[in-house]
Amino acid sequence: MNNNLFIVIAASAIYYGTPLFFAALGEVITERSGVLNLGVEGMMLLGAVAASGTASNLSGPGWWVLTVSILAAMLAAGLGALVHAFATITLRVNQTVSGLALTILAGGAGLSSYLANLWQLEKAPVQFQKIDVFGLKDTPILGPILFHQNALTYLSWILCGVASWYLFRTRAGLHLRSVGESPQTADAVGINVVRYRYVHTIAGGALAGIGGAFVSLAINTTWADGMTSGQGWIAIALVIFGFWRPDLTLAGAYLFGAFTSLSFTLQERGVKLAPQFLDSLPYLMTIVVLVLVSTGWAKRRLGAPASLGIPYEREER
Amino acid sequence: MIRLERRVDQPKWLSLAVPVGSLVAALLAGSLLILFSGNDVLDTYRRIVTRAFTDEGALSASILAATPLLFTGLAAAAAFRMGVFNIGGEGQFVMGAIAASGVGLATGGSLGAGAIPLMILAGVAAGAAWAALVGALKAFFNTNEIIISLMLNYIASNIAYYLIFNSESYWRLLTPSGRQFPQGRSIDPSAEWSFTHIGPIDFPLGFWVGVIVAAVTWVLYRKTRYGFEVKVIGDAPAAAKYAGMRTRRKIIAVMSLSGALAGLGGASDVGDIRHLLDPKGLRQAGYGYTGIVIAALARLNPLGVVVVAVLMGGLNNAGRSLQGPDFPAGLVGTLQGLILFFALGGEITARYRIRLQRRTTASTPAAEAGA
Repeated sequence: MNNNLFIVIAASAIYYGTPLFFAALGEVITERSGVLNLGVEGMMLLGAVAASGTASNLSGPGWWVLTVSILAAMLAAGLGALVHAFATITLRVNQTVSGLALTILAGGAGLSSYLANLWQLEKAPVQFQKIDVFGLKDTPILGPILFHQNALTYLSWILCGVASWYLFRTRAGLHLRSVGESPQTADAVGINVVRYRYVHTIAGGALAGIGGAFVSLAINTTWADGMTSGQGWIAIALVIFGFWRPDLTLAGAYLFGAFTSLSFTLQERGVKLAPQFLDSLPYLMTIVVLVLVSTGWAKRRLGAPASLGIPYEREER
Repeated sequence: MIRLERRVDQPKWLSLAVPVGSLVAALLAGSLLILFSGNDVLDTYRRIVTRAFTDEGALSASILAATPLLFTGLAAAAAFRMGVFNIGGEGQFVMGAIAASGVGLATGGSLGAGAIPLMILAGVAAGAAWAALVGALKAFFNTNEIIISLMLNYIASNIAYYLIFNSESYWRLLTPSGRQFPQGRSIDPSAEWSFTHIGPIDFPLGFWVGVIVAAVTWVLYRKTRYGFEVKVIGDAPAAAKYAGMRTRRKIIAVMSLSGALAGLGGASDVGDIRHLLDPKGLRQAGYGYTGIVIAALARLNPLGVVVVAVLMGGLNNAGRSLQGPDFPAGLVGTLQGLILFFALGGEITARYRIRLQRRTTASTPAAEAGA
């Protein structure tokens, strides 16, 4: 019964949705500070290449190699985010353009491809495997969906809870949101706007890096330039879709994961449809969803940070 | 501690100093990367320059490589001028290539060179339509044009892949070998775009078309009401609204123009270079993204785009022919990304004076502001 089409799609929706969620959660945190970072795709690729490169060159027990690979991915993508932070927060470069530049610099034809060629990356020798949690993977219905995922998926559930708690239940989270809504007010009550924006932009990048590592160490373990194939951009759309909230973003990520998995699952089952049509589904869905949430009614209810994308200049109030 | 002071007026010399300075800075940053890969920096740069410009036939190859980039650069500049971020040049280019190759296949045999204007028209129309879709969504639903146009890039590429790899379409070569190794059908040789030879250099027809288009758009921006309104809407949207400018219409118009230019590039790619629809080649080339770098470095000036496109075309051409163990793929793309970043940083020096200050004076609020 666990081979039922619905269950297979639900289980793989979580699998394919996890990298989207990591990237989108990072962007939620970044955008809550008022910084729009369109470099997610580039940062994911930096994370992917750093993780794959580390896994290929480090020896030791599997769990150790994977942990270091994830940290390397977070570091690499965090450095990418730091470039964006410096350009936009300190130099006040237009955030849209700087994010784009980051994606071009790090993206499929840029730094990530350069590093992969330099390290001659092929198949990652160590990969994330699905874990049979408490031996429950054969439980009807819930087994494959909830108890047979890899460690990063379980980490993402923890992070979803932690991020919600941090944003809405802690003092730092309140300060963060106030920086995103009205940096002038935040500054006036003594919150260091610049520091909050730097820290959360870099943290957001590090999360995008984990998403990239998921792609290169779990989904496609053989390196291909530009292997994230637009997932970073879908993640940005997911932030809007998830109303800048971690829990709703998680749900959205799984919806998009389902569309990605549909393409693989249906082909496995011999459904005769051109793969290009199924591959286009997540992109088409992104467009539909964006149109729906961009109408005036939705915008008013959504709660985008009011100062999103606006550089803060203390002297030019 | 870095502090920025707004400049009251921008000196003229900055419009040349900024691109040149950012180019130099990017090459310096790139040299760190080359050092990191264990190669000789000066030797690597010397090889890029010789292979791009000074070797025999190098300049011709670079100008050919620059031709599609010229159009995507103009396309990006056309939209960015009004603050509309059309990242969909890539997809509009592909749609232009699909339409132009279709028309080329249909009419090339009977019309010969007469098919060329039809191919141009088809490319322009397809690119414009693909982009107008984004413009309409932005104008009426206020959707983010960046994400929509990007999603359409992937969809356009999938359409092209479908036509060649997964269907028995009009575009595909259906001989026994073509069924085994999917590839596009070539247009009739009489419909291939011609070259003009000036001295030792070959100029493709598309390059001249691009230069003319650049000149026309330059006049459009400088001398017409359209150009003026685009500038006002881009720089001061609120002022434009109060002056009664129709922002909605303008968004669709600007996107269509931008898409038309990119689609024209797709037609030139078919006519000048490949003579068939090659989805894989188009995806690898990434003309649309390079066009953004070109537009930024040219400071959105169409005439500047011509010059920068030739530079970037040279870089691409050199990167392609030098690729090997001592010249990793991706180096050229990384250099272009660095150039873009430094160009953006350079723009800041045009708008602000940068002052460095010591932290000891940071106790006054004014000094802390730039932290």
